[in-house]
Amino acid sequence: MTEPLINLRDVSRRYDDGPPALQDASLTVLPGEAVAILGPSGSGKSTLLNLLAGLDRPDTGTVTVAGVQVDQLGEAAAARYRRSRIGMIFQFFNLLDDLTVTDNVALPAQLAGTARDEAHRRAAELLEALGIARHDRAYPGRLSGGERQRVAVARALMNRPPLLLADEPTGALDTAAGQDVSRLLRDLNAEGQTLVVVTHDLALAGSCTNRTVRIVDGRIAEDVSVEAAR
Amino acid sequence: MSALGRVVRSGVGRRRVQTLVIGLTAMMAVAASVLGGSLLVVSGAPFDDAFDRQHGAHLSVEYDAARTSAGQARSTGRADGVAAAAGPFRTVSVTPRIHDGADAWPMTVAGRGDHGGAVDDLTLTAGRWATRPGEIVLSTDASLFPTLGLELTFPGLPDAATLKVVGAARSVTRSADAWVTPAQVTELSTPDRPGGYQMLYRFTAADTDAQVSAGRKAVTAGAKAVTGTQSWLTVRASAERDTALYVPFLLAFGVLGLVMSVLIVGNVVAGTVGAGLRRIGVLKAIGFTPALVVRAYVGQALIPAAAGTALGVLAGHLLAVPVMSETADVYGTTSLAVVPWVDAAVVSGVLCLVAVTAWASAWRAGRLRTVDALAVGRAARTNRGRWAVRLAGRLPLPRPIALGLTRPFARPARALGMGTAVLFGATAITFTVGMGASLGEVMEAKAHDAADVTVAAPLPAPGPDGPIATTEPEPDAAAVAAVIDSRPATRTYYSTASARATVPGVAGTTAVVAFTGDASWGGYTMVSGRWIAKPGEAVVPTAFLSATGKHIGGTVTLGGLGEAVTVRIVGEVLDPRNDGMQVFTDAATLAPAHPDLTETTQHIAVKSGTDVATYVDALNKGLKPLGVTARTGGIEGGSDMVVTLNALSALLTLMLVAVAALGVLNAVVLDTRERVRELGVHKALGMTPRQMIAMVITSIVVTGLAGGALGVPLGVTLHGWVLPAMGHSAGLDLPDSVLAVYDASTLSLLVLGALLIAVLGALLPAGWAARIRTATALRTE
Repeated sequence: MTEPLINLRDVSRRYDDGPPALQDASLTVLPGEAVAILGPSGSGKSTLLNLLAGLDRPDTGTVTVAGVQVDQLGEAAAARYRRSRIGMIFQFFNLLDDLTVTDNVALPAQLAGTARDEAHRRAAELLEALGIARHDRAYPGRLSGGERQRVAVARALMNRPPLLLADEPTGALDTAAGQDVSRLLRDLNAEGQTLVVVTHDLALAGSCTNRTVRIVDGRIAEDVSVEAAR
Repeated sequence: MSALGRVVRSGVGRRRVQTLVIGLTAMMAVAASVLGGSLLVVSGAPFDDAFDRQHGAHLSVEYDAARTSAGQARSTGRADGVAAAAGPFRTVSVTPRIHDGADAWPMTVAGRGDHGGAVDDLTLTAGRWATRPGEIVLSTDASLFPTLGLELTFPGLPDAATLKVVGAARSVTRSADAWVTPAQVTELSTPDRPGGYQMLYRFTAADTDAQVSAGRKAVTAGAKAVTGTQSWLTVRASAERDTALYVPFLLAFGVLGLVMSVLIVGNVVAGTVGAGLRRIGVLKAIGFTPALVVRAYVGQALIPAAAGTALGVLAGHLLAVPVMSETADVYGTTSLAVVPWVDAAVVSGVLCLVAVTAWASAWRAGRLRTVDALAVGRAARTNRGRWAVRLAGRLPLPRPIALGLTRPFARPARALGMGTAVLFGATAITFTVGMGASLGEVMEAKAHDAADVTVAAPLPAPGPDGPIATTEPEPDAAAVAAVIDSRPATRTYYSTASARATVPGVAGTTAVVAFTGDASWGGYTMVSGRWIAKPGEAVVPTAFLSATGKHIGGTVTLGGLGEAVTVRIVGEVLDPRNDGMQVFTDAATLAPAHPDLTETTQHIAVKSGTDVATYVDALNKGLKPLGVTARTGGIEGGSDMVVTLNALSALLTLMLVAVAALGVLNAVVLDTRERVRELGVHKALGMTPRQMIAMVITSIVVTGLAGGALGVPLGVTLHGWVLPAMGHSAGLDLPDSVLAVYDASTLSLLVLGALLIAVLGALLPAGWAARIRTATALRTE
């Protein structure tokens, strides 16, 4: 039996005195799956993403990703975990304005200690594969939204992470660019990349994922695979 | 509370780092300025007060009585520029013996019918004036304590006169050590020691050395029998020396503090405006006028500045206590305290500076369009420094360090402010280190402790106002020398003997140190000229040359000994002891006049490789029967003045360094807050806390090194200005050995010290950046 890439067990998270952002959530994701986390604003989907990324810790329960128990990691270990096990794509790209496209993409590898030349070679490959190699020396401010998100995807893939986390990856894009990014994610999944996409965009969920997890008021209300739905 | 008041209060409370930085900066600037300004103003006050009241003499001139008549001396009072003159008063140098048989130091006695007059109106502090033969009035500044009823005899005179102390008087210009009736002076004189005529002058203009010199030239024109002169400026400088010594370096710190205040306040307010554009936008959106916004930011700077100013005034007053206490009661006319108007001037000056600087920096906030402020939210990004990022990316450095190194180029104005803060910190440290080293050199020169071993005779018991020779048997100098000679490890040695002599034109007595053997290796630092080479030669400190108006190559006659001794001055030596009023000469020079001169201390250099402790033990075995003891090293101790100077400068430097570090802290805090989202992205991409700290710390390395590279030479320059000024205040010309105290390794360490200031300032925000929650940072607008 295949080991799950993500294994959440009875995870709860509450901020201050507010209601639980996430309550008794359990979730298993197998390698190669593409999962959409759906839910309205404030439902807890971003909390779930943060827990998977090691950006936050649960109050109770365990979070295991690629064999690493993320909820037990200290700050430095969490950073190394993010560096090696996951790639993150954000709604607003979060590219560093002062770095060129190549430098942005190469940064995670360089933080991990990869030599500059090697990191740049890998970045060039990714930019080529994602069709934005012509912008390698440009600064992010000069790119369109879709191009910026492609750069962000390239950066996320830099260290060949087993898991790609995307937070509203098309939320800041126009329709055409959104479809472009959606196709890109689908292609990556088709090549075996595990995806977890947080979105409230049903069209995106339908086009690039094969499983949908719906969260309502911090609880997993529905977990449906596309195959099953069909 | 009004809306403006609430906004100001919340701004002060929320921005605690900025509040602390402004408060501390103002405190430091005010403390140094109050102290320096006060000392500048009051250091001469007691003397000036007494000088005005007593119609002090601008110049006293001593004429040789053997070659000048009273009429000739009196006629000099009619020279051009003389406003008033007194004299001629007969003077004579005598060595009294106290009733118990102990010889006192020599003293200059003047014959005056009364203590009043248009010039040098003496103040009787006890008893009455001498009105008949057999009476004497002692000066309160004389070496002999003025005890009424004390009887003095003069064994050196043929007619053994006995004088009874009937009063004590103070002469502000120290015209004599004692006064008797004019007839009595004649009795104290002998044919071979006729004494002199003293003329005291007040000039129409005598505020400067040049004016006093012009007056001296006028009154002594044509007179060939002038044996000595004394300017009131010399006496004044001596009177205010202790406090005046502090003024140059305190003013330096005051100026540093004020400039730093302007810089820090400007930087803090500009940074606050830059980082708070959204807040400004909101304030304007809810109805704040541009003027109100500016006033809000000026208020945020003025409140901590006012608090810092109040504390600074308090600190200035507290620091003034030990500095001023020594001179407070010298004249008993004016109590030394911080003058209120100095407080008022410093406080208003600093607050005005803060207000103007804050206003200039906050002006941008007032002019900012509301819509822009709300839209931008925080300082707009620029394309600055990308070339540096590209360049650093090619360096074989870990990425976080390369990214950190380029940060100053992205925000050059902020880096400039930060670098200037470090620069001032580096300047202060460099200056203080240099001053400590220079004062150490001066102390070393003063101690003359180059000897490996010292053999000192037991000190005589102190008298009422100084040591008085006793009838205790003196150690046999020849026997001591024989024991020293007998030790095979003895390389060389010299011995010293002390005497006191009068010098024409100089009130009181002057210490004379006589050497047997070559003392040139004993740690005497020459300012100019050369060391004594033969009998009849002398070296003297700068203050002695100034007081007597002599120069190298000139001669000076020492009185009050068995007979007058004339020595030729061949060198100027650095020695602040006895206010620089000393004469160093060969023992053979004094032998005819002072045959019973007793050597009191032997200074020994041992042969290379000798264990000094073993040598001392062996030497002491031989010396024990002679009643003297050898010990290692020199014989002089430290100086309270130097300790106070070093402590004060260390304190002010510490404050300045703290302010510099806080300035860096403020800038780095602003920077990290401003780019918190970017830091979050770095963390999301896998930057570890340690890498984050490295990146933030590295971001100030360039700035810190640049600040140090500029600040250290500035500190060296400041040292080069202030130390000679301090030396001048102390009556010392400082030689190169005292001023050239910085070597390459010291300078390198000082630059690294500047870097350390910057690193200290960046540590806190670096830790904060490392600890920041990534998810929170990524959500930050």
